[in-house]
Amino acid sequence: MATSRTRILSGNEACAEGALAAGVRFFGGYPITPSSEIAEELSRKLPRHGGIFIQMEDEIASIGSVIGASIAGSKAMTATSGPGFSLMQENIGYACMAEIPCVIVNVMRGGPSTGLPTMPSQGDVMQARWGTHGDHPIIALAPFSVRETFDLTIRAFNLTEAFRIPVVLLLDEIIGHVNEKLTFPDPEEIRVVERKSGRKINGQDYLPYRVTESGVPPMVSFGEGARYHITGLAHDETGFPTNDPEKIDQLLRRLNSKLDAHRDEIVEVEYSNMDDAEIGLVAYGSTARSARYAVRSAREKGIAAGLIRPRTLWPFADREIGAYADQVKAWIVPEMNLGQIATQVECASRFSRPVHRINRVDGNPINPVDILKKIEDLV
Amino acid sequence: MFDYEQYLRKSKMPLIWCAGCGDGIVMKAMLRAIHKLQIAKDDICMVSGIGCSSRLPGYLDFNTLHTTHGRAITFATGIKMVKPELHVIVITGDGDATAIGGNHFIHAARRNIDLTVILFNNHIYGMTGGQVSPTTPFTKHASTAPYGNIENPFDISGLAAAAGASFVARATAYNAIQLEKLIQKAIEKKGFSVVEAMTPCPTTYGRRNREGTGVDMLLYQKDNSVPVAKANKMDAEELQGKIVTGVLVDREKAECRQEYQNLLDHFSKEGEVDS
Amino acid sequence: MSFRYEIRLSGEGGQGLVLAGKILAEAAAIYDDLNATQSQSYGPEARGGASRSEVIISDEDIDYPKAVDIDLLLALTQESVDKYYQDVKEDGVIVVDEDNIKQLPTGPFKVHKVPVIRLARENLGRALVANIVALGVIARISKVVSEDALKKAIEARVPKGTEELNLKAFETGMKAYSEIE
Repeated sequence: MATSRTRILSGNEACAEGALAAGVRFFGGYPITPSSEIAEELSRKLPRHGGIFIQMEDEIASIGSVIGASIAGSKAMTATSGPGFSLMQENIGYACMAEIPCVIVNVMRGGPSTGLPTMPSQGDVMQARWGTHGDHPIIALAPFSVRETFDLTIRAFNLTEAFRIPVVLLLDEIIGHVNEKLTFPDPEEIRVVERKSGRKINGQDYLPYRVTESGVPPMVSFGEGARYHITGLAHDETGFPTNDPEKIDQLLRRLNSKLDAHRDEIVEVEYSNMDDAEIGLVAYGSTARSARYAVRSAREKGIAAGLIRPRTLWPFADREIGAYADQVKAWIVPEMNLGQIATQVECASRFSRPVHRINRVDGNPINPVDILKKIEDLV
Repeated sequence: MFDYEQYLRKSKMPLIWCAGCGDGIVMKAMLRAIHKLQIAKDDICMVSGIGCSSRLPGYLDFNTLHTTHGRAITFATGIKMVKPELHVIVITGDGDATAIGGNHFIHAARRNIDLTVILFNNHIYGMTGGQVSPTTPFTKHASTAPYGNIENPFDISGLAAAAGASFVARATAYNAIQLEKLIQKAIEKKGFSVVEAMTPCPTTYGRRNREGTGVDMLLYQKDNSVPVAKANKMDAEELQGKIVTGVLVDREKAECRQEYQNLLDHFSKEGEVDS
Repeated sequence: MSFRYEIRLSGEGGQGLVLAGKILAEAAAIYDDLNATQSQSYGPEARGGASRSEVIISDEDIDYPKAVDIDLLLALTQESVDKYYQDVKEDGVIVVDEDNIKQLPTGPFKVHKVPVIRLARENLGRALVANIVALGVIARISKVVSEDALKKAIEARVPKGTEELNLKAFETGMKAYSEIE
């Protein structure tokens, strides 16, 4: 029966709710379809939670304000779509380099350029990984339902605060705008991670980029007495710029090794019917719903199809997919782009079996019937 | 003798600035102003973009943030919104603040957020070798204006004033005493405050335009400065090539972080969290 | 036996089809404890243009949130019925606005003509509540969502002060369908 904790809401609304549950205290953003409901929700709710909402003059300013807010000690986020995500890339790189926790939501719409503002796409998957220049760590998550949007928004904050790596939450227009049931968990059931601080560290002795066992240095907010320096230049443990090749190498390798060291904590995958699967599907976001529908229909027809659904897109679930490289006879990767993750599946499965693509870039979702047809063709 | 060392990170010296550069004069004027105001070092957050002047915060013992090109004001906005108790000072240059960062500059002024911007105007992109900037005067030479600048320059103070800043002032590196006083006023002012500090770049601007040494360029500032009261009585032709100095704008208007605080106070009094 | 019931509400922007879809989804998912998804496709403009709102109702998890095989199509304009009747399954139902749709689709499905917009305008004095009149018709045809749940969802979702009018609109729709049957 209806309880106050069960509501019908959209993915965008669930994202705002998840952010609040995770303790977000700063949102800086710029209006863009189909993400604006996230900003609208938080503009209403953040002042009531003692948090800050600010609409900036563009997306470059939005991510800049988010990084500043995080440096000042707040859990901070922005939300945008393709064109705005493109504008944010330089400062996302800054957050990677200076290790500033932040969450960037990209509700994907059709691209490139202005593209299809009101229609779904998954065309920014590679951009989420390599949108900013230079070797850098990044985490990207892709929820497939309203409930999972709530959960993964919390997880995005937990990961960024734990590892000081920016987290991109990749929704697509379908997930952002679909309305479905969400039963809110008890607040006590929600695991919320806070960044490791070093408030007790004596000001001048605080080494902001100290090499620690976890690879993640503790972070003291500005205004807490540490008086240190943050820069996007290559820097040493003190945070000041350096041209020493040894120190630069150490920094770049440490930044990127954070992903390797914590990979298994970060990568999350859901398997459906994979135990005996001969046709393996890999799908994420709203497309995974089409794929799961197709797998269920195939199973009803006695076809051994299964689905691997990466909830974490970056780092990629290569080992998880690779484990089935010899079991399946063929892979199918449906995507609302021209094959961005399909290439990753080829690498992950070491090209041992053909990877069949089902792609749509016309603003329409992939119909499960088309996937089912492909499955039947392959049997 | 003023003790500058209490504010310096001496281990980060020597400075990257060239001999004859005016940036050090502006930095010292700013330190004296901060000292007069008795602001604790922990309570100052200095945010810069990219360029010669933007290297300044690294030499000073505050909370210092060296951001991306043109974006210092956006990072500073996030910090100020979260920690309004900090004095947030933005160090930027003419290219950083009014070319790549021009949109942020005018919007921070419109928003009237309580930041102090010290804008080092040397008419050139110095760090990258002397390319033409939005304030390079008409006909002057730069590495990317080898036949003379065919574009009109910005009047930065005029831009800040028109965009809505609470406080706008201009001074020269030559008149370091005035500079110090104006920076002090700018920090004290609640609202968006801009001090346009005219500073010579003998290396990449002066040499190319045959304006002599750093000292020659400072003397040029001396000879061509006009106090704002006097300038008000002069016509446009008389003001050609002059540097109008002093307080150009000082007005009271709603400040965005305070307005947000009123909202927060309203809801915390209401004690209502969810809706 | 599990079921999946697909409803597409189609017409033009401003006819309240998105709200009607949300009410249906809320009635099913919150008050009847089923699962439901509601989605819409829309153009960049805020008013006018073709509008489409889809509701999937099931007693299990709903994978694909868009319609594949439509059980019930509501069409308030000729354009929408022409565009969508082919997506309706063989034993599906099409409800068209009697006054707006001159050319009826032919096929294995059932077609019902109900003057939902006229009923709203003449019986209730507000063309605006045609979407709720349509919900009354849908309630009687589909029977997947209880009338009680729909009433609760209508009360919760419509603007304050208009609950009575909207509940009357809902009753009007139910009665209109009973009469044509």
